[in-house]
Amino acid sequence: MARIELAGVGKRFGSVETIRDVNLDLHDREFVVFVGPSGCGKSTLLRLVAGLEDVSAGEIRFDGEVVNELTPPERGIAMVFQSYALYPHMSVYENMMFGLKLAKTDRAAAERRVREAARILQLDRLLDRKPRELSGGQRQRVAIGRAITRDPRVFLFDEPLSNLDAALRVQMRIEIAKLHRRLDATMIYVTHDQVEAMTLADRIVVLDAGEVRQVGTPIELYQHPANRFVAGFIGSPKMNFLPATYPKGIAIPHEAVEVGVRPEHLRLGEPADASVEGRVLAVERLGAESWVYVDLGLDDPLVVKHAGMADLPPEGAVTVGLPAEACYLFDGQGRSLPRAAFG
Amino acid sequence: MSRRTRRRLGRVGFYLLMALIVLYAVFPFYWAIVSSFKPGSEMFRIDFFPPPNLANYYAVFAEQPFGRNILNSLIVASAVVVLSLALGLLAAFALGRIRFRGRSLLLFTILGVSMFPQVAVLSGMFELVRALGLYNRLPSLVLSYLIFTLPFTVWVLTTFIRALPKELEEAAIVDGAKPFTIVTRVFLPLLGPALITTGLLAFIAAWNEFLFALTFTLSGEQRTVPVAIALISGASAYELPWGNIMAASVVVTVPLIVLVLIFQRRIVSGLTAGAVKG
Ligand SMILES: Nc1ncnc2c1ncn2[C@@H]1O[C@H](COP(=O)(O)OP(=O)(O)OP(=O)(O)O)[C@@H](O)[C@H]1O
Ligand SMILES: [Mg+2]
Repeated sequence: MARIELAGVGKRFGSVETIRDVNLDLHDREFVVFVGPSGCGKSTLLRLVAGLEDVSAGEIRFDGEVVNELTPPERGIAMVFQSYALYPHMSVYENMMFGLKLAKTDRAAAERRVREAARILQLDRLLDRKPRELSGGQRQRVAIGRAITRDPRVFLFDEPLSNLDAALRVQMRIEIAKLHRRLDATMIYVTHDQVEAMTLADRIVVLDAGEVRQVGTPIELYQHPANRFVAGFIGSPKMNFLPATYPKGIAIPHEAVEVGVRPEHLRLGEPADASVEGRVLAVERLGAESWVYVDLGLDDPLVVKHAGMADLPPEGAVTVGLPAEACYLFDGQGRSLPRAAFG
Repeated sequence: MSRRTRRRLGRVGFYLLMALIVLYAVFPFYWAIVSSFKPGSEMFRIDFFPPPNLANYYAVFAEQPFGRNILNSLIVASAVVVLSLALGLLAAFALGRIRFRGRSLLLFTILGVSMFPQVAVLSGMFELVRALGLYNRLPSLVLSYLIFTLPFTVWVLTTFIRALPKELEEAAIVDGAKPFTIVTRVFLPLLGPALITTGLLAFIAAWNEFLFALTFTLSGEQRTVPVAIALISGASAYELPWGNIMAASVVVTVPLIVLVLIFQRRIVSGLTAGAVKG
């Protein structure tokens, strides 16, 4: 339970500025996901909130109180690490008990909390095992259990599922969503998996090169990306970008422009408001849908997501329709242009 | 030559070589045992299996305070081990985990200390020992032995601590652990093999040390084993009581062998295991 505010937060390692002027206001009990490409500073930002790193600039506030100088336990956070970081020489029970013992929690209360966490995460039978005797998914659960027992105000996850296989990842994703509803902590979750971000988040923070590029609900980001970066980052396969020019006779507000259109909105073989002609490069059939790569003579092929099996011969000519209502327009600096600009 | 005979020949060669190495390593000790069983008169007769005769062993303990010497060695070596491990662990935590200016310089200085030959520091050390009023007392040996046990203890433990995942420490910090708790409750148990390996090496080094022990002690009661053995003398200046010397050597070598055998498996895992997986 905490409202978290970041005001002008920056972090530099030596001369490298890893985080630059981040301003965020996370609501109480919100599930916020940080996404961005590798090395963009997601983990660093999370560690700043945790108190594992000191900010170089700005202020972090929990419920209005400045926590810049507080240690992680004083901030009341719990963190689940990517590598789980369980204590290898302690049993599952001792792992979950360690923090409570250090906090000098009353023995009976501590015991109750560990049992409760074990029950929620179905670890009851594993309490006496050492971490090395557990599967990846079980270790993950212990790491989460250790975090729950601390009864934190703020829950921090750093790519908690990235070491799990695909099936287990889906299962744990659902468990984390359940956990969020059950606990009333504010959660910050770092991932570079879009599906995790889209399904778990109340709001997503898109980071790039240490800067926030957009904050919004998953649907907002999908429907109204603020810039070319977010447009390209959210959605899979990623949005197509085509160079464009203004027709003669329109007052030009911006010099260079690009049209962005998502693969799922393109119409294969049907002309629409605008159409392009190309050659089929490859077809990837995924069963329910197919991804068709069309060569338009540009650097990157156009990707079209087509429902069902696209039965197209390679090298064949094809027409692709672009519906105007599904197109986005970006200016030379990659900013999203408002639709009104179409006139 | 067919491949099979060649392989067989290779194997024979391998075992021959191994036998030679074992012989080279073990024969001197075997000869010491054999000699320790022989009375002085038969010392130079070549006899590979003399009947066990413990007279020399009685003589060693009767003619000088050898029991006392062994106890001294035990006290000194144990104190050296405990102090090197304790100081080494704390230093290694700082050197391995905390970023500060001049860290690698400090690390290399520590390593550099171990490069001075003992003789080079002998006179300086002697002055120090006198100044501290430790002359002819066991603490003088503990103090001086730390010169050569600490550098490698610090180095080995620093390497091991660096190999421990950083997230482990951070998890402990989030759990509310202070640095001392992290060292004692999280790192210490994980460094078991490294501690045993370095501790044993420190023990052996302290147990065998001769030069400082000879210089800093005077009376027979304060001597450690290597000095005591070296100073075993016969009835006249022209006679060296080889039987007694060999008996004494065997007595003080056996504990080391036992120690190494007990911790053998731990030592091997300590020398090979670099990282601890979570
Ligand atoms: N302790 C440090 N010292 C120096 N540079 C660091 C440190 N920690 C992180 N960095 C740098 O800061 C940048 C951001 O790192 P960070 O770990 O936050 O990225 P990330 O977004 O979590 O990436 P990934 O998805 O790969 O985990 C990287 O360029 C990294 O090299
Ligand atoms: Mg990261």
